[in-house]
Amino acid sequence: MKRFLGFVKKEFLHIFRDVRTLIILFGIPVIQILLFGFVVSTDLKNAPVAFLDLSRDEMTQKVSDKICSSGFFRRSETLLNYNDIDKVLRKNETKAVIIFEKDFGRKLFSEGTAAISIITDGSEPNMATLITNYITAIVTDFNRELAGTQVTGTLLVQPEVRMFYNPSLKGHFMFVPGVITLIMILICALMTSVTITREKEFGTMEVLLVSPLKPVQIIIGKVMPYFLLSFINVIMILLLSWFVFGLPIKGSLILLLAESMLYILMSLSLGIFVSTVSKNMQQAIFISFVGLMLPTILLSGFIFPIENMPKGYDWIAALMPPRYFIIIIKNIMIKGTGFFYVWKETMILIIFTLAFIALSIRKFKIRLQ
Amino acid sequence: MTGNTVISVRNLVKKFGNFTANDDLNFKVYEGEIFGFLGANGAGKTTTIRILSGLSEPTSGEVIVAGYNAKKQPEQIKKNIGYMCQKFSLYEDLTVKENIMLYGGIYGMRKALIRERTDLLLDKLNFREYGDSLISDLPLGLRQKLAFSVAILHEPKIVFLDEPTSGVDPITRRQFWEMIYEAAERGITVFITTHYMDEAEYCDRISIMSEGKIVALDTPDDLKRQYDAGSVEEVFVKIARPPSVQKGAQIQY
Repeated sequence: MKRFLGFVKKEFLHIFRDVRTLIILFGIPVIQILLFGFVVSTDLKNAPVAFLDLSRDEMTQKVSDKICSSGFFRRSETLLNYNDIDKVLRKNETKAVIIFEKDFGRKLFSEGTAAISIITDGSEPNMATLITNYITAIVTDFNRELAGTQVTGTLLVQPEVRMFYNPSLKGHFMFVPGVITLIMILICALMTSVTITREKEFGTMEVLLVSPLKPVQIIIGKVMPYFLLSFINVIMILLLSWFVFGLPIKGSLILLLAESMLYILMSLSLGIFVSTVSKNMQQAIFISFVGLMLPTILLSGFIFPIENMPKGYDWIAALMPPRYFIIIIKNIMIKGTGFFYVWKETMILIIFTLAFIALSIRKFKIRLQ
Repeated sequence: MTGNTVISVRNLVKKFGNFTANDDLNFKVYEGEIFGFLGANGAGKTTTIRILSGLSEPTSGEVIVAGYNAKKQPEQIKKNIGYMCQKFSLYEDLTVKENIMLYGGIYGMRKALIRERTDLLLDKLNFREYGDSLISDLPLGLRQKLAFSVAILHEPKIVFLDEPTSGVDPITRRQFWEMIYEAAERGITVFITTHYMDEAEYCDRISIMSEGKIVALDTPDDLKRQYDAGSVEEVFVKIARPPSVQKGAQIQY
């Protein structure tokens, strides 16, 4: 045991002496969380819209005021004719143009309907859809107010939509679990595979194997520090997302931490496996980055829903361990569900962990022959 | 050289698939001896060292190292040997003292004992002032000497040196050999592979391997006499032909 502890201490020394390792371990998670949280925000906030008001009456004034005072939009420009639309959209300072038809107010009262056109920039499809939805909602709201006060006879049935678990559809609710999932697998797998291949490359692995330390002790000794640091990392990310984004943890914190430990363990064993198949550090880094980061982003359901994937892709996605952890973490953090709802995913993660460990032991034995 | 036998190899065979890396090896190494293990690249030296150090299992034959059977008690063997390989074996981002502490600890030495030996060692090598510097700040020659001192820190019965002097300047090599002699005098058996034929002359006995077989084994002087050669290098060229064709399964690191 004493042999083993000295060995673990040495691994900590490696980590704390290497600035790059420290940056990867602690800098990247913080930067990623802040980056995804703030920059890749999918919420609308003060999006610039231009108005082309061909009617210029009280009603158009009311509608545009309502849009601009919603907090989602601000008036960027007031246009005078159709030719300007293309110009402002091309300048990129305006995300959408709202057009009120001629005699808007008069038509509304005499015919009961009047047209508002929304022209959005289709080169940013997500933004365009988002803006259209928001404006439609605001106009619907306006209709309802109108129905309540002035216009008589028309009784409008309005759908009332509520988003459960994430009422304002906040983007970080989706990103924080995703980022935790992505970062943990990346860091754990990358760091362990690199630290083990480094020993191989520098020849120190030979010396360790010839020593009385057992191979299992060597591997556990190398991986344990990363397990502890990654766990601290998870706590750090959770604290950060709570303080900065106000993201609550609705379910059991202990369950969440336990599941995170399992996921870290899975990622570490994946890292060990990567180290047994790669000959040097470059290869390990390449496999970890290209082989893990891209599939995790694209196929784990982090950004793109798995349900919408074409046949075949969803099969590949089923082989991505992060996919299951995302489900677990979203369930616990956002929906507040208990273990009963995530036991299947938990089992799958355990199976992945055992499979990676078994494969690594096999590879290791063959190498030692 | 008629001390106790510390390594005894009988009919050792090691096969990788169809490829025979070690073909019926037989030899003995005695206590306190400096045993040179020579051979061209791919002759099977590394395979033998791996078997002797308990890293790899022999396919057949009997291998006894430091009194333990290599097939059945590799863990016991590991406790009683030291090892230093051609690649550098200390951690560059740890200090001299930390490296010593680490390896001492791995071999189960008590802290007080490690400290005591560290002081002795630093004094002897004349680099007391380097105790707290990182290995990466030391010149290669010093590192190599230190690596050897660390490999025998726990006073093993046998130390395996796998091309320990490649890439080292002549002066350091000379000093390195002085350290080897000193260790041998203390009773540590030295099992060394090398590519430098002048170094082979320093050994008590040498064996030459070719295509998985030991083709010669004797003292350097006797070998020179037998093969009517002026130096071990000549002997080596006469008998150790390089492997005729590079065969399939090479030993991989």
